[in-house]
Amino acid sequence: MKSEEIYQEIILDYWRNPKNYGKLENPDISFRDTNPSCGDIIEIAIKIGKNNIIENIKFNGSGCIISQVSASMLTELVKNKSLEDIKNLKKEEILNMLGIELSGMRLKCALLSLKVLKFGVYNYLGEENDREE
Amino acid sequence: MKLIKKDFPIFKRKINNKKLIYLDSSSTSQKPKTVINAIKDFYENNNANINRGIHTLGNEATELYENTRKNVANFINSDKNEIVFVKNTTEAINLVAHCYVKPKLNSGDFILLTEMEHHSNLIPWQIIAKEKNTKLKFIPVNENGLLDLDKAKKLLSEKPKFFALTHISNFLGTINDVKELVTLSHYYGVPILVDAAQSAPHIKIDVKDLDCDFLAFSAHKMLGPAGVGVLYGKKKLLDSMEIIFGGGGMILEADYNNFIPRESPYKFEAGTPNIADVVAFSEAVKYLEKIGMDKIEKYEKELTDYAYLKLSKIKNIKIYGSNIKNRSSLISFNYFDNSERLIHPHDIATIMDEEGIALRAGHHCVMPLHKKLNIPASIRISFYIYNSKADINKFIRVLDKVNKIFNKK
Repeated sequence: MKSEEIYQEIILDYWRNPKNYGKLENPDISFRDTNPSCGDIIEIAIKIGKNNIIENIKFNGSGCIISQVSASMLTELVKNKSLEDIKNLKKEEILNMLGIELSGMRLKCALLSLKVLKFGVYNYLGEENDREE
Repeated sequence: MKLIKKDFPIFKRKINNKKLIYLDSSSTSQKPKTVINAIKDFYENNNANINRGIHTLGNEATELYENTRKNVANFINSDKNEIVFVKNTTEAINLVAHCYVKPKLNSGDFILLTEMEHHSNLIPWQIIAKEKNTKLKFIPVNENGLLDLDKAKKLLSEKPKFFALTHISNFLGTINDVKELVTLSHYYGVPILVDAAQSAPHIKIDVKDLDCDFLAFSAHKMLGPAGVGVLYGKKKLLDSMEIIFGGGGMILEADYNNFIPRESPYKFEAGTPNIADVVAFSEAVKYLEKIGMDKIEKYEKELTDYAYLKLSKIKNIKIYGSNIKNRSSLISFNYFDNSERLIHPHDIATIMDEEGIALRAGHHCVMPLHKKLNIPASIRISFYIYNSKADINKFIRVLDKVNKIFNKK
Protein backbone atom coordinates (compact mmCIF):
# COMPACT_ATOMS: atom_id res chain seq x y z
CA MET A 1 0.00 0.00 0.00
CA LYS A 2 1.81 3.09 -1.25
CA SER A 3 0.90 6.41 0.27
CA GLU A 4 1.32 8.06 -3.15
CA GLU A 5 -1.44 5.74 -4.29
CA ILE A 6 -3.79 6.52 -1.42
CA TYR A 7 -3.18 10.23 -1.39
CA GLN A 8 -3.47 10.71 -5.15
CA GLU A 9 -5.05 13.84 -6.55
CA ILE A 10 -8.50 12.40 -7.22
CA ILE A 11 -8.85 11.16 -3.66
CA LEU A 12 -7.56 14.41 -2.19
CA ASP A 13 -10.08 16.28 -4.34
CA TYR A 14 -12.89 14.33 -2.77
CA TRP A 15 -11.42 15.01 0.67
CA ARG A 16 -11.28 18.76 0.09
CA ASN A 17 -14.59 19.03 -1.75
CA PRO A 18 -16.67 16.07 -0.75
CA LYS A 19 -19.71 15.44 -2.96
CA ASN A 20 -23.05 15.02 -1.16
CA TYR A 21 -21.65 16.10 2.21
CA GLY A 22 -24.24 17.46 4.61
CA LYS A 23 -27.62 16.70 6.10
CA LEU A 24 -31.16 16.17 4.77
CA GLU A 25 -34.36 17.48 6.27
CA ASN A 26 -36.86 14.77 7.15
CA PRO A 27 -34.98 11.89 5.58
CA ASP A 28 -36.73 8.56 5.00
CA ILE A 29 -33.62 6.69 6.02
CA SER A 30 -31.01 7.90 8.47
CA PHE A 31 -28.33 5.61 9.80
CA ARG A 32 -25.02 6.05 11.58
CA ASP A 33 -22.15 3.77 12.54
CA THR A 34 -18.57 3.99 13.74
CA ASN A 35 -15.36 2.03 13.53
CA PRO A 36 -14.51 1.66 17.20
CA SER A 37 -10.85 0.90 16.51
CA CYS A 38 -10.14 4.18 14.74
CA GLY A 39 -13.13 6.39 15.54
CA ASP A 40 -14.36 6.86 11.97
CA ILE A 41 -17.97 8.03 11.97
CA ILE A 42 -20.33 7.91 8.98
CA GLU A 43 -23.96 8.99 8.91
CA ILE A 44 -26.04 8.59 5.78
CA ALA A 45 -29.44 10.19 5.15
CA ILE A 46 -31.67 9.28 2.24
CA LYS A 47 -34.80 10.72 0.66
CA ILE A 48 -36.75 8.09 -1.25
CA GLY A 49 -38.82 8.84 -4.33
CA LYS A 50 -41.19 6.83 -6.53
CA ASN A 51 -40.55 3.10 -6.99
CA ASN A 52 -38.11 3.08 -4.09
CA ILE A 53 -35.59 5.16 -5.98
CA ILE A 54 -32.99 7.14 -4.02
CA GLU A 55 -33.95 10.69 -4.84
CA ASN A 56 -31.41 12.40 -2.63
CA ILE A 57 -28.61 11.23 -0.40
CA LYS A 58 -26.19 12.99 1.93
CA PHE A 59 -23.47 11.81 4.26
CA ASN A 60 -21.60 13.40 7.11
CA GLY A 61 -19.14 12.30 9.72
CA SER A 62 -15.48 12.41 10.48
CA GLY A 63 -12.52 10.14 10.14
CA CYS A 64 -9.68 9.14 7.93
CA ILE A 65 -9.49 10.13 4.29
CA ILE A 66 -10.43 6.65 3.10
CA SER A 67 -13.60 6.46 5.18
CA GLN A 68 -14.75 9.93 4.13
CA VAL A 69 -13.86 9.69 0.44
CA SER A 70 -15.40 6.25 0.03
CA ALA A 71 -18.61 7.56 1.61
CA SER A 72 -18.67 10.47 -0.79
CA MET A 73 -18.06 8.25 -3.81
CA LEU A 74 -20.69 5.79 -2.63
CA THR A 75 -23.36 8.48 -2.38
CA GLU A 76 -22.61 9.51 -5.95
CA LEU A 77 -22.80 5.92 -7.12
CA VAL A 78 -26.19 5.15 -5.57
CA LYS A 79 -28.07 8.33 -6.31
CA ASN A 80 -31.07 7.54 -8.56
CA LYS A 81 -30.66 3.83 -7.96
CA SER A 82 -33.35 1.66 -6.39
CA LEU A 83 -33.17 0.15 -2.93
CA GLU A 84 -33.10 -3.25 -4.62
CA ASP A 85 -29.90 -2.15 -6.39
CA ILE A 86 -28.37 -1.28 -3.02
CA LYS A 87 -29.08 -4.78 -1.77
CA ASN A 88 -27.09 -6.12 -4.69
CA LEU A 89 -24.17 -3.75 -4.22
CA LYS A 90 -20.88 -5.60 -3.75
CA LYS A 91 -17.96 -4.37 -1.69
CA GLU A 92 -15.68 -4.89 -4.71
CA GLU A 93 -17.51 -2.06 -6.45
CA ILE A 94 -16.52 0.34 -3.67
CA LEU A 95 -12.94 -0.83 -3.69
CA ASN A 96 -12.76 -0.53 -7.49
CA MET A 97 -14.14 2.96 -7.28
CA LEU A 98 -11.44 3.96 -4.81
CA GLY A 99 -8.89 2.32 -7.07
CA ILE A 100 -6.36 1.63 -4.34
CA GLU A 101 -5.19 -1.57 -2.85
CA LEU A 102 -6.20 -1.80 0.79
CA SER A 103 -5.73 -4.38 3.47
CA GLY A 104 -6.62 -5.11 7.08
CA MET A 105 -7.67 -2.13 9.14
CA ARG A 106 -7.91 0.24 6.19
CA LEU A 107 -10.36 -2.09 4.46
CA LYS A 108 -12.79 -1.47 7.31
CA CYS A 109 -12.39 2.29 6.80
CA ALA A 110 -13.24 1.92 3.12
CA LEU A 111 -16.30 -0.24 3.71
CA LEU A 112 -17.88 1.56 6.67
CA SER A 113 -20.15 3.68 4.45
CA LEU A 114 -21.42 0.63 2.57
CA LYS A 115 -22.18 -1.06 5.88
CA VAL A 116 -24.13 2.00 7.04
CA LEU A 117 -26.02 2.27 3.75
CA LYS A 118 -27.02 -1.41 3.72
CA PHE A 119 -28.08 -1.37 7.35
CA GLY A 120 -30.22 1.67 6.67
CA VAL A 121 -31.85 0.19 3.58
CA TYR A 122 -32.58 -3.21 5.09
CA ASN A 123 -33.91 -1.52 8.18
CA TYR A 124 -36.23 0.67 6.06
CA LEU A 125 -37.49 -2.33 4.11
CA GLY A 126 -37.97 -4.27 7.32
CA GLU A 127 -35.89 -7.13 5.97
CA GLU A 128 -32.97 -9.13 7.27
CA ASN A 129 -29.66 -8.94 5.46
CA ASP A 130 -28.88 -12.62 5.06
CA ARG A 131 -26.43 -12.28 2.19
CA GLU A 132 -22.80 -13.17 2.40
CA GLU A 133 -20.82 -9.95 2.57
CA MET B 1 24.10 6.70 23.63
CA LYS B 2 24.95 6.69 19.94
CA LEU B 3 26.08 3.09 19.70
CA ILE B 4 23.05 1.68 21.46
CA LYS B 5 21.04 1.00 18.28
CA LYS B 6 23.66 -1.62 17.43
CA ASP B 7 22.59 -3.66 20.45
CA PHE B 8 19.08 -4.03 19.01
CA PRO B 9 18.95 -6.41 16.03
CA ILE B 10 15.59 -5.09 14.80
CA PHE B 11 17.21 -1.87 13.63
CA LYS B 12 18.83 -3.80 10.80
CA ARG B 13 15.33 -4.23 9.45
CA LYS B 14 14.16 -2.08 6.53
CA ILE B 15 10.53 -0.93 6.39
CA ASN B 16 9.40 -0.09 2.87
CA ASN B 17 13.10 0.07 1.96
CA LYS B 18 13.69 2.73 4.61
CA LYS B 19 15.61 2.57 7.83
CA LEU B 20 13.29 1.70 10.71
CA ILE B 21 12.59 4.59 13.05
CA TYR B 22 10.72 3.27 16.04
CA LEU B 23 8.67 5.86 17.92
CA ASP B 24 6.23 3.49 19.62
CA SER B 25 8.07 2.35 22.73
CA SER B 26 5.17 3.25 25.02
CA SER B 27 3.32 0.37 23.35
CA THR B 28 6.23 -2.00 23.61
CA SER B 29 9.97 -1.60 23.56
CA GLN B 30 12.44 -3.26 21.22
CA LYS B 31 14.75 -5.92 22.66
CA PRO B 32 18.53 -5.96 22.92
CA LYS B 33 20.47 -8.98 21.68
CA THR B 34 21.31 -10.05 25.25
CA VAL B 35 17.59 -10.52 26.04
CA ILE B 36 16.89 -12.38 22.80
CA ASN B 37 19.91 -14.63 23.35
CA ALA B 38 18.90 -15.36 26.93
CA ILE B 39 15.63 -16.92 25.72
CA LYS B 40 17.45 -19.10 23.21
CA ASP B 41 20.11 -19.93 25.78
CA PHE B 42 17.58 -21.09 28.33
CA TYR B 43 15.84 -23.45 25.93
CA GLU B 44 19.15 -24.78 24.60
CA ASN B 45 20.87 -25.29 27.95
CA ASN B 46 18.65 -25.11 31.02
CA ASN B 47 15.09 -25.96 30.07
CA ALA B 48 13.13 -27.75 32.80
CA ASN B 49 10.17 -27.00 35.03
CA ILE B 50 10.80 -25.04 38.21
CA ASN B 51 10.17 -25.97 41.86
CA ARG B 52 9.71 -29.62 40.97
CA GLY B 53 12.42 -32.07 39.98
CA ILE B 54 15.61 -32.55 41.89
CA HIS B 55 17.57 -33.08 38.71
CA THR B 56 20.30 -30.69 37.62
CA LEU B 57 18.24 -28.91 34.96
CA GLY B 58 15.30 -28.45 37.34
CA ASN B 59 17.58 -26.87 39.91
CA GLU B 60 19.23 -24.62 37.34
CA ALA B 61 15.90 -23.46 35.94
CA THR B 62 14.56 -22.71 39.43
CA GLU B 63 17.70 -20.81 40.32
CA LEU B 64 17.62 -18.73 37.13
CA TYR B 65 13.92 -17.94 37.63
CA GLU B 66 14.47 -16.93 41.26
CA ASN B 67 17.50 -14.87 40.25
CA THR B 68 15.23 -12.65 38.19
CA ARG B 69 13.05 -12.16 41.24
CA LYS B 70 16.14 -10.97 43.14
CA ASN B 71 17.26 -8.71 40.29
CA VAL B 72 13.81 -7.17 39.89
CA ALA B 73 13.58 -6.65 43.66
CA ASN B 74 16.93 -4.83 43.61
CA PHE B 75 15.81 -2.80 40.62
CA ILE B 76 12.88 -1.31 42.56
CA ASN B 77 14.45 -1.59 46.04
CA SER B 78 12.05 -4.19 47.46
CA ASP B 79 12.45 -7.56 49.12
CA LYS B 80 12.42 -10.52 46.75
CA ASN B 81 9.41 -12.02 48.53
CA GLU B 82 7.42 -8.94 47.56
CA ILE B 83 7.73 -9.66 43.83
CA VAL B 84 4.92 -11.68 42.21
CA PHE B 85 5.42 -12.72 38.60
CA VAL B 86 2.31 -12.36 36.46
CA LYS B 87 1.60 -12.01 32.74
CA ASN B 88 1.56 -8.20 32.54
CA THR B 89 0.56 -5.01 34.34
CA THR B 90 -3.09 -5.69 33.55
CA GLU B 91 -3.01 -9.05 35.31
CA ALA B 92 -1.21 -7.53 38.30
CA ILE B 93 -3.94 -4.91 38.71
CA ASN B 94 -6.70 -7.49 38.28
CA LEU B 95 -5.05 -9.64 40.95
CA VAL B 96 -5.10 -6.78 43.47
CA ALA B 97 -8.67 -5.87 42.50
CA HIS B 98 -10.02 -9.39 43.00
CA CYS B 99 -7.86 -10.67 45.86
CA TYR B 100 -7.22 -7.57 47.95
CA VAL B 101 -9.89 -4.96 47.28
CA LYS B 102 -13.03 -6.92 46.36
CA PRO B 103 -13.30 -8.91 49.63
CA LYS B 104 -13.21 -5.61 51.57
CA LEU B 105 -15.89 -3.82 49.53
CA ASN B 106 -19.33 -3.09 50.89
CA SER B 107 -22.15 -1.32 49.11
CA GLY B 108 -21.81 2.41 49.58
CA ASP B 109 -18.00 2.24 49.34
CA PHE B 110 -16.07 3.78 46.51
CA ILE B 111 -12.75 3.25 44.77
CA LEU B 112 -10.70 6.28 43.75
CA LEU B 113 -9.05 6.51 40.31
CA THR B 114 -8.00 9.37 38.04
CA GLU B 115 -9.34 10.55 34.70
CA MET B 116 -6.07 9.68 32.97
CA GLU B 117 -6.03 5.94 33.57
CA HIS B 118 -5.26 3.39 30.89
CA HIS B 119 -8.09 0.88 30.41
CA SER B 120 -5.96 -1.62 32.36
CA ASN B 121 -6.33 0.49 35.49
CA LEU B 122 -10.00 1.22 34.89
CA ILE B 123 -11.86 -1.84 33.64
CA PRO B 124 -10.74 -4.19 36.47
CA TRP B 125 -12.19 -1.70 38.97
CA GLN B 126 -15.40 -1.35 36.95
CA ILE B 127 -15.80 -5.12 37.07
CA ILE B 128 -15.51 -5.44 40.85
CA ALA B 129 -17.47 -2.23 41.47
CA LYS B 130 -20.43 -3.62 39.50
CA GLU B 131 -20.20 -6.92 41.27
CA LYS B 132 -20.17 -5.32 44.74
CA ASN B 133 -22.57 -2.49 43.94
CA THR B 134 -19.98 0.19 44.71
CA LYS B 135 -18.91 3.36 42.94
CA LEU B 136 -15.82 4.65 41.19
CA LYS B 137 -14.75 8.27 41.60
CA PHE B 138 -12.16 10.08 39.53
CA ILE B 139 -9.61 12.79 40.25
CA PRO B 140 -10.06 15.26 37.37
CA VAL B 141 -7.34 16.19 34.89
CA ASN B 142 -7.02 19.95 34.39
CA GLU B 143 -6.41 21.79 31.12
CA ASN B 144 -2.64 21.51 31.64
CA GLY B 145 -2.87 17.73 31.73
CA LEU B 146 -2.20 17.58 35.48
CA LEU B 147 -4.22 16.04 38.27
CA ASP B 148 -6.29 18.46 40.30
CA LEU B 149 -4.60 18.03 43.69
CA ASP B 150 -7.21 19.98 45.67
CA LYS B 151 -9.87 17.67 44.34
CA ALA B 152 -7.61 14.70 45.11
CA LYS B 153 -7.39 15.80 48.75
CA LYS B 154 -11.11 16.26 48.98
CA LEU B 155 -11.86 12.85 47.48
CA LEU B 156 -9.31 11.12 49.70
CA SER B 157 -10.82 12.74 52.76
CA GLU B 158 -14.07 11.00 51.86
CA LYS B 159 -12.20 7.75 52.64
CA PRO B 160 -12.29 5.59 49.52
CA LYS B 161 -11.69 1.88 50.09
CA PHE B 162 -8.76 1.94 47.67
CA PHE B 163 -6.84 4.34 45.44
CA ALA B 164 -5.22 3.30 42.15
CA LEU B 165 -3.41 5.69 39.85
CA THR B 166 -0.91 5.76 37.06
CA HIS B 167 2.61 7.01 37.67
CA ILE B 168 2.97 8.30 34.10
CA SER B 169 0.06 8.78 31.71
CA ASN B 170 0.53 6.79 28.50
CA PHE B 171 -1.41 9.44 26.57
CA LEU B 172 -0.60 12.80 28.20
CA GLY B 173 2.91 11.88 29.28
CA THR B 174 2.22 13.54 32.64
CA ILE B 175 4.45 12.38 35.49
CA ASN B 176 2.24 12.36 38.57
CA ASP B 177 3.66 13.30 41.93
CA VAL B 178 3.12 9.81 43.26
CA LYS B 179 5.16 10.28 46.41
CA GLU B 180 2.98 13.19 47.49
CA LEU B 181 -0.19 11.27 46.64
CA VAL B 182 0.94 8.19 48.57
CA THR B 183 1.59 10.36 51.64
CA LEU B 184 -1.80 11.97 51.26
CA SER B 185 -3.52 8.64 50.71
CA HIS B 186 -1.92 7.10 53.81
CA TYR B 187 -2.83 10.18 55.85
CA TYR B 188 -6.46 9.21 55.23
CA GLY B 189 -5.68 5.52 55.77
CA VAL B 190 -6.30 4.57 52.14
CA PRO B 191 -4.14 1.84 50.55
CA ILE B 192 -2.74 2.75 47.14
CA LEU B 193 -1.64 0.98 43.94
CA VAL B 194 0.69 2.62 41.45
CA ASP B 195 0.49 1.59 37.78
CA ALA B 196 4.14 1.87 36.81
CA ALA B 197 3.84 0.41 33.30
CA GLN B 198 5.05 3.70 31.77
CA SER B 199 7.44 4.73 34.54
CA ALA B 200 9.49 1.62 35.37
CA PRO B 201 11.15 1.67 31.91
CA HIS B 202 12.09 5.34 32.12
CA ILE B 203 12.73 6.56 35.66
CA LYS B 204 14.20 5.14 38.85
CA ILE B 205 11.57 3.42 40.97
CA ASP B 206 12.21 3.00 44.68
CA VAL B 207 9.21 1.41 46.39
CA LYS B 208 10.63 2.08 49.88
CA ASP B 209 10.95 5.75 49.05
CA LEU B 210 7.52 5.93 47.38
CA ASP B 211 5.98 3.84 50.18
CA CYS B 212 3.16 2.67 47.88
CA ASP B 213 1.30 -0.49 48.90
CA PHE B 214 1.24 -2.06 45.44
CA LEU B 215 3.05 -1.31 42.19
CA ALA B 216 2.61 -3.00 38.82
CA PHE B 217 4.67 -3.03 35.63
CA SER B 218 5.43 -5.08 32.50
CA ALA B 219 8.75 -6.45 31.26
CA HIS B 220 7.96 -5.89 27.59
CA LYS B 221 7.96 -2.11 27.88
CA MET B 222 11.43 -2.14 29.47
CA LEU B 223 13.48 -4.15 26.95
CA GLY B 224 12.24 -7.50 28.32
CA PRO B 225 10.05 -10.18 26.75
CA ALA B 226 6.27 -9.98 26.51
CA GLY B 227 4.28 -12.22 28.83
CA VAL B 228 6.08 -11.21 32.03
CA GLY B 229 4.64 -8.72 34.45
CA VAL B 230 5.46 -7.79 38.02
CA LEU B 231 3.22 -7.12 40.96
CA TYR B 232 5.06 -5.59 43.89
CA GLY B 233 3.15 -5.63 47.15
CA LYS B 234 4.17 -4.97 50.75
CA LYS B 235 4.77 -8.39 52.26
CA LYS B 236 2.08 -8.17 54.94
CA LEU B 237 -0.49 -7.09 52.36
CA LEU B 238 0.43 -9.92 50.01
CA ASP B 239 0.16 -12.32 52.94
CA SER B 240 -3.31 -11.03 53.78
CA MET B 241 -4.57 -11.36 50.22
CA GLU B 242 -6.95 -14.02 49.02
CA ILE B 243 -6.00 -16.44 46.27
CA ILE B 244 -7.74 -16.62 42.92
CA PHE B 245 -5.82 -19.30 41.01
CA GLY B 246 -5.09 -22.62 42.59
CA GLY B 247 -2.99 -25.39 41.13
CA GLY B 248 0.50 -26.82 40.98
CA GLY B 249 3.41 -24.96 42.47
CA MET B 250 1.39 -22.85 44.88
CA ILE B 251 0.62 -25.36 47.61
CA LEU B 252 2.51 -26.55 50.65
CA GLU B 253 0.24 -29.50 51.31
CA ALA B 254 -2.99 -30.87 49.89
CA ASP B 255 -5.46 -33.66 50.50
CA TYR B 256 -8.73 -34.40 48.68
CA ASN B 257 -10.65 -31.65 50.40
CA ASN B 258 -8.17 -29.07 51.62
CA PHE B 259 -4.89 -27.40 50.88
CA ILE B 260 -2.35 -25.21 52.62
CA PRO B 261 -0.87 -22.59 50.29
CA ARG B 262 2.78 -21.66 50.14
CA GLU B 263 3.64 -18.23 51.44
CA SER B 264 3.54 -15.19 49.22
CA PRO B 265 4.65 -14.50 46.55
CA TYR B 266 4.48 -18.21 45.61
CA LYS B 267 0.83 -18.63 46.55
CA PHE B 268 -0.06 -16.40 43.57
CA GLU B 269 2.02 -18.30 41.01
CA ALA B 270 -0.09 -21.37 40.26
CA GLY B 271 0.92 -23.57 37.36
CA THR B 272 4.05 -23.55 35.23
CA PRO B 273 4.98 -19.93 34.62
CA ASN B 274 6.63 -18.28 31.63
CA ILE B 275 10.05 -19.52 32.75
CA ALA B 276 12.30 -18.63 29.81
CA ASP B 277 10.92 -15.13 29.49
CA VAL B 278 11.20 -14.46 33.23
CA VAL B 279 14.81 -15.65 33.04
CA ALA B 280 15.51 -13.40 30.06
CA PHE B 281 13.92 -10.44 31.87
CA SER B 282 17.03 -10.41 34.07
CA GLU B 283 19.10 -9.38 31.06
CA ALA B 284 16.77 -6.43 30.41
CA VAL B 285 17.12 -5.26 34.00
CA LYS B 286 20.91 -5.64 33.78
CA TYR B 287 20.99 -3.69 30.53
CA LEU B 288 19.06 -0.79 32.06
CA GLU B 289 21.14 -0.82 35.23
CA LYS B 290 24.37 -0.84 33.26
CA ILE B 291 23.40 2.45 31.63
CA GLY B 292 21.79 3.74 34.83
CA MET B 293 18.21 4.93 35.24
CA ASP B 294 19.31 8.47 36.05
CA LYS B 295 21.24 8.68 32.80
CA ILE B 296 18.29 7.19 30.89
CA GLU B 297 15.90 9.72 32.37
CA LYS B 298 18.23 12.60 31.51
CA TYR B 299 18.81 11.42 27.95
CA GLU B 300 15.10 10.91 27.27
CA LYS B 301 14.23 14.28 28.72
CA GLU B 302 16.65 15.87 26.29
CA LEU B 303 15.02 14.01 23.37
CA THR B 304 11.50 14.83 24.50
CA ASP B 305 12.25 18.53 25.04
CA TYR B 306 13.84 18.63 21.58
CA ALA B 307 10.80 17.02 19.93
CA TYR B 308 8.35 19.14 21.92
CA LEU B 309 10.06 22.35 20.86
CA LYS B 310 10.10 21.31 17.20
CA LEU B 311 6.46 20.19 17.24
CA SER B 312 5.19 23.25 19.05
CA LYS B 313 6.61 25.47 16.30
CA ILE B 314 4.50 23.78 13.62
CA LYS B 315 1.30 25.53 12.61
CA ASN B 316 -1.95 23.57 13.10
CA ILE B 317 -0.51 21.16 15.67
CA LYS B 318 -2.33 20.62 18.95
CA ILE B 319 -0.25 18.93 21.64
CA TYR B 320 -2.14 17.26 24.49
CA GLY B 321 -1.02 17.31 28.09
CA SER B 322 1.46 19.25 30.11
CA ASN B 323 4.36 21.40 28.99
CA ILE B 324 7.85 19.95 29.09
CA LYS B 325 8.16 20.32 32.85
CA ASN B 326 6.09 17.37 34.07
CA ARG B 327 6.36 15.28 30.93
CA SER B 328 7.88 11.87 30.40
CA SER B 329 9.22 10.57 27.10
CA LEU B 330 6.11 10.74 24.95
CA ILE B 331 4.04 13.33 23.10
CA SER B 332 0.45 12.95 21.86
CA PHE B 333 -0.93 15.43 19.38
CA ASN B 334 -3.25 16.06 16.47
CA TYR B 335 -2.57 17.77 13.17
CA PHE B 336 -5.19 19.85 11.36
CA ASP B 337 -5.31 21.06 7.77
CA ASN B 338 -5.49 24.74 6.86
CA SER B 339 -9.28 24.72 7.13
CA GLU B 340 -8.98 23.33 10.69
CA ARG B 341 -10.19 19.91 9.66
CA LEU B 342 -8.59 17.05 11.59
CA ILE B 343 -6.13 15.06 9.53
CA HIS B 344 -7.01 11.65 10.86
CA PRO B 345 -4.17 10.00 12.82
CA HIS B 346 -4.47 6.89 10.66
CA ASP B 347 -3.68 8.91 7.56
CA ILE B 348 -0.60 10.34 9.23
CA ALA B 349 0.45 6.89 10.45
CA THR B 350 0.12 5.51 6.91
CA ILE B 351 2.35 8.23 5.46
CA MET B 352 4.85 7.76 8.30
CA ASP B 353 4.93 4.00 7.79
CA GLU B 354 5.75 4.54 4.15
CA GLU B 355 8.90 6.32 5.36
CA GLY B 356 9.83 3.61 7.86
CA ILE B 357 8.51 5.47 10.90
CA ALA B 358 6.46 3.47 13.44
CA LEU B 359 4.21 5.52 15.68
CA ARG B 360 0.86 5.05 17.37
CA ALA B 361 -2.42 6.33 16.02
CA GLY B 362 -5.65 5.73 17.91
CA HIS B 363 -7.01 6.21 21.39
CA HIS B 364 -4.09 4.41 23.11
CA CYS B 365 -6.49 2.53 25.42
CA VAL B 366 -7.52 5.82 27.02
CA MET B 367 -10.94 6.17 25.43
CA PRO B 368 -12.69 8.08 28.26
CA LEU B 369 -10.11 10.91 28.20
CA HIS B 370 -10.31 11.12 24.38
CA LYS B 371 -14.08 11.46 24.76
CA LYS B 372 -13.62 14.20 27.36
CA LEU B 373 -11.31 16.07 24.98
CA ASN B 374 -13.79 15.40 22.19
CA ILE B 375 -11.27 13.83 19.82
CA PRO B 376 -11.71 10.47 18.08
CA ALA B 377 -8.02 9.63 18.13
CA SER B 378 -4.56 11.10 18.35
CA ILE B 379 -0.98 10.52 17.22
CA ARG B 380 1.57 9.50 19.78
CA ILE B 381 5.33 9.45 19.48
CA SER B 382 7.27 7.86 22.32
CA PHE B 383 10.99 7.53 22.85
CA TYR B 384 13.42 5.16 24.45
CA ILE B 385 17.17 4.84 24.88
CA TYR B 386 17.74 3.75 21.26
CA ASN B 387 16.15 6.88 19.75
CA SER B 388 18.15 9.88 18.62
CA LYS B 389 17.62 13.48 17.58
CA ALA B 390 18.15 12.29 14.01
CA ASP B 391 15.01 10.11 14.40
CA ILE B 392 13.06 13.17 15.49
CA ASN B 393 14.39 15.27 12.60
CA LYS B 394 13.27 12.61 10.14
CA PHE B 395 9.83 12.47 11.77
CA ILE B 396 9.49 16.26 11.50
CA ARG B 397 10.44 16.11 7.82
CA VAL B 398 7.73 13.52 7.14
CA LEU B 399 5.21 15.67 9.01
CA ASP B 400 6.01 18.34 6.48
CA LYS B 401 5.20 15.84 3.76
CA VAL B 402 1.82 15.28 5.42
CA ASN B 403 1.27 19.01 5.38
CA LYS B 404 2.13 19.20 1.68
CA ILE B 405 -0.26 16.38 0.82
CA PHE B 406 -3.22 17.71 2.77
CA ASN B 407 -2.71 21.39 2.12
CA LYS B 408 -1.95 21.20 -1.60
CA LYS B 409 -3.49 24.13 -3.41
